[in-house]
Order: sequence, then C-alpha cells, then structure tokens
Amino acid sequence: MSDILLSIKDLCVDFNTGDGIVRAVNNISFDVPAGKTVGLVGESGSGKSVTSLAAMGLIPNPPGKITGGEILFKGKDLVKASEEEMRRIRGKEISMIFQEPMTSLNPVFRVGDQVSEILMLHMGMTKKQAWARSVELLDQVGIPDPQRSALKYPHEMSGGQKQRVVIAIAIACEPKLLIADEPTTALDVTIQKQVLDLMFDLQEKYKMGLLFITHDLGVIADIADDVVVMYRSNLVEQGDTKKIFTAAGHPYTKGLLACRPALDKNPKRLLTVSDFMDESGAEISLDESKTKKVDKVYNPSEEKNPVLLEVNNLHVDFPIKGGVFGRTVDQFKAVNSVSFKLRKGMTLGLVGESGCGKTTLGRSILRLIEPTQGQVLYNGIDLTKLDKKQLRDMRSKVQIIFQDPYSSLNPRMTIEEVLLEPMLLHNIGGSKEERISKAKWLMEKVGLKSNQLSRYPHEFSGGQRQRICIARALAVNPEFIICDESVSALDVSVQAQVLNLLLDLQAEFGLTYIFISHDLSVVNFISDEVAVMKSGEVVELDTASNVYLKPEKQYTKDLLSAIPKGIPKALLAEQNL
Amino acid sequence: MSGNLNYIIRRLLYLIPVLLGVCGLVFLLFNVVAGDPTMLLLGKHADAQQMADLKAQLGLDKSLIAQYFDIVKSAFTFDFGRSWATKQQITEMLYQGAIPSLTLTIPGFFISTVMSLMIAIFVAYYRGKGIDLFIRTLAIALMSTSSLVYILVFQKYLAFELGLFEISGYEYGFPSFIPYIALPVVIWVVMSIGPDVRFYRTLILDEIYQDYVRTARAKGLSEKKILFKHVLRNALIPVITYTVVNLPFLILGALLLESFFSIPGLGGLTLSAVNASDFPVIKAMAILSAIAYILFTLVSDILYTLVDPRVKLN
Repeated sequence: MSDILLSIKDLCVDFNTGDGIVRAVNNISFDVPAGKTVGLVGESGSGKSVTSLAAMGLIPNPPGKITGGEILFKGKDLVKASEEEMRRIRGKEISMIFQEPMTSLNPVFRVGDQVSEILMLHMGMTKKQAWARSVELLDQVGIPDPQRSALKYPHEMSGGQKQRVVIAIAIACEPKLLIADEPTTALDVTIQKQVLDLMFDLQEKYKMGLLFITHDLGVIADIADDVVVMYRSNLVEQGDTKKIFTAAGHPYTKGLLACRPALDKNPKRLLTVSDFMDESGAEISLDESKTKKVDKVYNPSEEKNPVLLEVNNLHVDFPIKGGVFGRTVDQFKAVNSVSFKLRKGMTLGLVGESGCGKTTLGRSILRLIEPTQGQVLYNGIDLTKLDKKQLRDMRSKVQIIFQDPYSSLNPRMTIEEVLLEPMLLHNIGGSKEERISKAKWLMEKVGLKSNQLSRYPHEFSGGQRQRICIARALAVNPEFIICDESVSALDVSVQAQVLNLLLDLQAEFGLTYIFISHDLSVVNFISDEVAVMKSGEVVELDTASNVYLKPEKQYTKDLLSAIPKGIPKALLAEQNL
Repeated sequence: MSGNLNYIIRRLLYLIPVLLGVCGLVFLLFNVVAGDPTMLLLGKHADAQQMADLKAQLGLDKSLIAQYFDIVKSAFTFDFGRSWATKQQITEMLYQGAIPSLTLTIPGFFISTVMSLMIAIFVAYYRGKGIDLFIRTLAIALMSTSSLVYILVFQKYLAFELGLFEISGYEYGFPSFIPYIALPVVIWVVMSIGPDVRFYRTLILDEIYQDYVRTARAKGLSEKKILFKHVLRNALIPVITYTVVNLPFLILGALLLESFFSIPGLGGLTLSAVNASDFPVIKAMAILSAIAYILFTLVSDILYTLVDPRVKLN
C-alpha cells in the first residue's frame, strides 16, 4: 500500500446564507494516496469544490466555516493550522488548478511574472532565477516559444495555453498534492486531451497525489485510480475506478454513468438520474425498455420534410482596422463559403473547436451578425434581403437559445415578464389572460411548474434557467430554433434532461434545429446530420452516423479520437489482453 | 506602439471638428439667445451713432459668417480679444485666473484621490469588520454635511480663532500662495473623501471576488500582497474612468471655494463675466473647457494603456 498523503475524516462545512445555515459538505471521509489519482465526482452544488477549497484552507469565511472533522495532510491537521502555516503549505505543498482558465490569471501582469511570483515566494529565488525557471516551466507544460511567451499577457494567449500557465504555476514548487477543480471543462475536446495528458505526465514525473474534481465521470475513467461520488453534500459511493464503472452500487452513480451520450449507439432518450432514483434519493427499478439502444436512421421524406433552410455560399468577414484613419486593411474570414440544406423537423449539428466560426455562422443565419455575401433561403425567402420590418416578423419563426443560462435572462424581470415580452412583441395571444395561460402552458411543457411564473431568474438552478430560455424561445411559436452551445454550461445529468426535452419538443411541434456545440457526443446524440467546421469552412457534412462511424477527413478523426473513452484503464488493459 | 501614436494623432485631429462645433454653439448662443450687446454696454440712452460705432469696434457689423469665423479664429489662435467689462486682454485674464485655480484644484484633486484610494484599500482589507463599518458610516456622515458648513466652521475655528491658515485672499508666486490655498485644499479633501472612499471600496471589492485573486491565494500570497499588487492595479482601471470625468472641473476652478476664500480664480472670473454679460470672456471659457475636456479624455486613454495591457489604442 502506498502512503496516505491527504486524509479527510468526517469533514463538515457549513455556509451561513442569511436565511439559515446550509450544510455544504456533510460528514465525508476519503483518502488521497501519494502518487495516485482520486476522482471526486458530483454535480454543481454537490459540495465537491467546497471540499477541495477546505483542503486548501480557502473556504471564504464568512460565510463558510469548517464545523467538524479533520483534514490530515502528511499527518498534520490543516483545519487547526494557522493562516500563516497554511500560506506556507499553499502553493508549495498543495497546489490547485481551477476551472476557468480565462479568468484565473491576473490580466495586468505578464505570465512569466505570475509564474515567477510563486517561485520567489516559496523557493527563495531571486527575480532573475525565478524568471529563468519560469521559462523552463512554461516549456515543460508545452507552451511554444517559452522565452517570448513568458513576456505575454494572459489575453494574448488561447484558453488552452492559459490553462497550461495555470498548471505551470501549480507545479512550480513541485507540490506533493495537486488539486484540479474541473480543469478541462471549459476547453475544447482536443485541448482537453492535451491538458489531461500533460497533467498525468507531470503527475508521474513528480509523483504527486492528484485530486481531480469533475461533474463528468467520462473524463476521469481512464485516469483515476479511485473514485469518490458526492451527491447533495454527502458522499454516496467510493471505490476503485473499475468497480465504480462496472458495478456501481448507488443509484446516483448509475444515473451519472448512463446519462452521458455515447458515440456509437444511444437509447432513444438519454437516461437521467431520475430514472434510477426518486426525489427522496431512494432507488427505483429501471424501466428496461428505456435502455434499448437504437440505430440512427436518416430517411427524410420530401412530403413530411421539405427543405426549410438553404444556405448558399455564405460568407462573414470581419474587417481588420489599421492606420491613422482606421481604414480596413484586411478581412478576417469568420465564415467562408458555407452551403448546406436543412429539412423540416430535422436537426443539423455544427461542431468544431472554439474560433472555428460555428457561432458566427449560427448568428449570421438569423442576421444577428450581417453576412458579407451569400444567400440564406428560409422557405424560399432570402433572409439576407429582408428589411428591418420584415426581419422582425421573421424573428417569430426563427429563435435562438444561447449558451449561458445565467446571463441571458434579465435578472430584474420575473419569469412571467420574460415569457410575455416576446409574445407581446409579436402580437401572440389576444389578451393578457390568454398570454398568461400560454406562459403557464409553456412552463409545464418545459418541465417547470406553472405557479413559478412570479419568480425571478436567480431562484432557479442552471438547468431550470435553460428550460426557461427554451420556453421563451417557444413563446412565439417558432418553426426553427438555433441552439448555440445550449447545454454546454450544464452538468452532464442536467444536460441529459435538457437534451431529452429538446427532442420531445421537436417531436411534438415538428421543430427544426441547428445545434451548435463543441461536444461531439452531444451533437451525435441529437443530430440527424452533422457539419464539422474548421477555420470558417465546413470540412465534412454527412449524416450523424456516417460522420461518427466512418469519418472521411483527418480533422474529424482527430476530433473524435480526442474524446475521453469513459472506460477505466484497468478495464481497458484487460480488454486488450 | 505606432498604433498608439496613430491613435493620439487621430484624437488630436478630432479637436478640429469639435472646436468648429463648439464655436458654432457659442455663436448661436450669443446671436440668438442673448440680447443686443450694444444696449448692454451703452445703456438705454445711447444714440444710433454711438451704437453703430461700437458695433464696428466689436466687429458686430460684419456678416454672420465673418463673425463665426472670428470666433473660430480666436479658438485656434487663443487670442480672444479684450474683455468688454475690464478692457483687459482676455488671454492675460485667463492666465491670471488659471494660476490660483490650478494651485488650489490640482493639490486638492491629487491628495483626495490618493488618500481615498489608500483608505478604500484599508477598509477592503478589513471588510465586514467593525473598522470597515465605522469608516463607511463616517464617509456617509462626511458626504451628508453641506460644504458650506465645512467652509464656515473651518474658516471661523481653524483660520480665525486658531490662526492656522489665512482666512481669505491670494498671493501669486511660490511659496507665498501656500497659506492661502491650504485651507481650501483641506476642505476640498474632506468634501470629496466620503463619496470617493465608498466608490473605490466597491471597485476593490468587485476585484476581490475575481478568479485571479483566488489563484493568488492558492499560490500562498499574503492578503496584503494580494491587495496591493494584484487587486490595486486592476481596480485602477475603473478609478481612472471615474476621476477623469472630474478633471475638467480642475480647469474651471472650484467656484464655491474660490468665492468664499476670495481667490481670484477662473471660477470667479466666469461668474463675474456672466453677471456683467461680458460675452468675450464667456466665449473664451466655453472654448477653453471644450479643449480641456478633449485633452483630458485623451490623457485617460493613454493612462489606460499604462495600467491595462489589454487596451490597445485604435
């Protein structure tokens, strides 16, 4: 047996919310052995991040407080350590990598200085030594041209590079324990793979213990030695990874494992946690018919599925300005010569990495961004030629649902106002009473309660808010909806529910979707056809099953191979024997 | 850098259309809204010949276009002619007024900004604790008290009874002006410190909850170092926006303080020009403040690039 590096015993953390005390972490115990990886899995609000912050001594106090238990690091109880002692441990003995690479670095300092800072603080290096070491570290985490990159500011780097810098800071003092809180959730799938590989190489090299926190079991399957599952502040299951993946005991774990769409075959609807357990947390027996996996067939009929949207040779250029008078000196081709047809009642998936132009394409179809040239024929009408008034009328037929359910609802409007506003704008419903009854009906349709109309957005969870956004889009009886990364910000379990909802609504109202996402498994599950985008161009366009099972272009193959397999390494080794 | 230089040149070129516009507004104001200046200057009993002579002397007999170009010319040459009331060269009057005004407003502005920032960081460090609550309460008390109270109380007790400062007046030349401006500067600081501390505290607290601060804590940095190194520089970005809006008032002078302390600054100059319908002086002040406003916003843009590497001027 290896040495136990971190041992959490009966840990309890309470938060004083003003309305009373909320227990964020309830009596949990687990160990992280030296040199091993432990995956801590749970959805938002399950207490997993609070647990990791507790180990760093970074629980914001007030309102948070550790009310019981011990956190033993190399035998020393960190709960009792003074702030001064914790400061010497933080960054030197225990390091942390955070979820948001975009905002985790200080925007006004050069990245070299931000790495140097920790070396000067803990390793007693001079500024010059620290800078030289920082350049080495940046090289080690795979930043190209480290000499010059060290002089860059965070905004001059991509998301993946920033996360590498954060990793360089975390490993700078060769800590014994590395805590990674959703380090790859915000990254593209290929970048995710690179960053994960890097982290595990470094773990091997420095023999670090690694506590890896995620909401997605698939991500940690092939890397974790042990898995700890948290649900509503409690630890519900722990064990070695193979056991968790093959013989999960707790219904929540089973639900988590089932809700992630697979690449080959999926059930007609995704299973969710609620298929395994009821509201109170008691296990319910799974309806076996729901697990039956189906082959995807794409056979639209000319009668039932006429072409609804036809995009011909669409271009969107962004001017690059320069000179004293701000003349346009060059064009950035965000969308370059894109053409496709979309049939009524079908879903087209748009996949690609950040910056490939998929969002710009979606928005230019709706003319939220003006296309530079090309045609967008909707039912034979060219949207690019419409004047403002005609376009406004058209807006009731085509809707868009955005990524961020937190910022796309006005925090000062009640849900009733949110839902009534578009109806009023497009003269839907004769009277206020009619509109309110429609709003109530919409709430039921998206799986919320009609008596919640008087509430404000902040009273809902992320998944519920995304349901509200869907209800708002449906309020104007649209035929066609663009979902722009609509499930990307959600936990996998909630994501499955929202995907199911979108499918149900499509079946009921005959909706047509364009589904934009960087998550290939999600796109595969929901789409009939898939377009793979790269640098503004569509590189591959085919039915979903063809793209995923028989990809033709190298780029598509690369993307697909970067998706975590979701199979434990122990199991993988057995299969290969 | 060449991009920045291009930007600065472009912004300075913007001065031209803006000045033409300001001149147009000034011209309209005095030809449409205001009455006949010759009536004002000569009184009701002047005869037609006197009025005609005066018009010719003031250049008011020229065509409207020519009059407009007279204003434009004065804006670009900085030669505003003579005051109708005092017959002095206006450029000379502006110069004589600017010195007392600036010796009062610039120290007041810098002392209050730096002090407010320091106090704001201090209370942000102790956020939620007793000292934070005490200073915030004090700040509200300071800003709720009328400035007249400060002026009268300080003049009576600090200057008159204790004799620490001059009660009023001004003397040109360094260092003889210092005893005269000291008390107005103190009052300026007391008046602006309340709202400034409250505002800067909010800005700093906004930064404290940012992710990069969490990263800094995870590095093991002390809270002091985090505040002074990481947070302060980021908080300076909105601070610049806020303070620059106030900069043009430095030129216009602190009207209230100048009049209570009998300081012959630009504020007083403008006020007496308005009372005396001394149009050339008012025109000069309008043009001067427009120029100051443009220059100060340019300065703030340049300051942004120094503080925030994300800002590129173009």
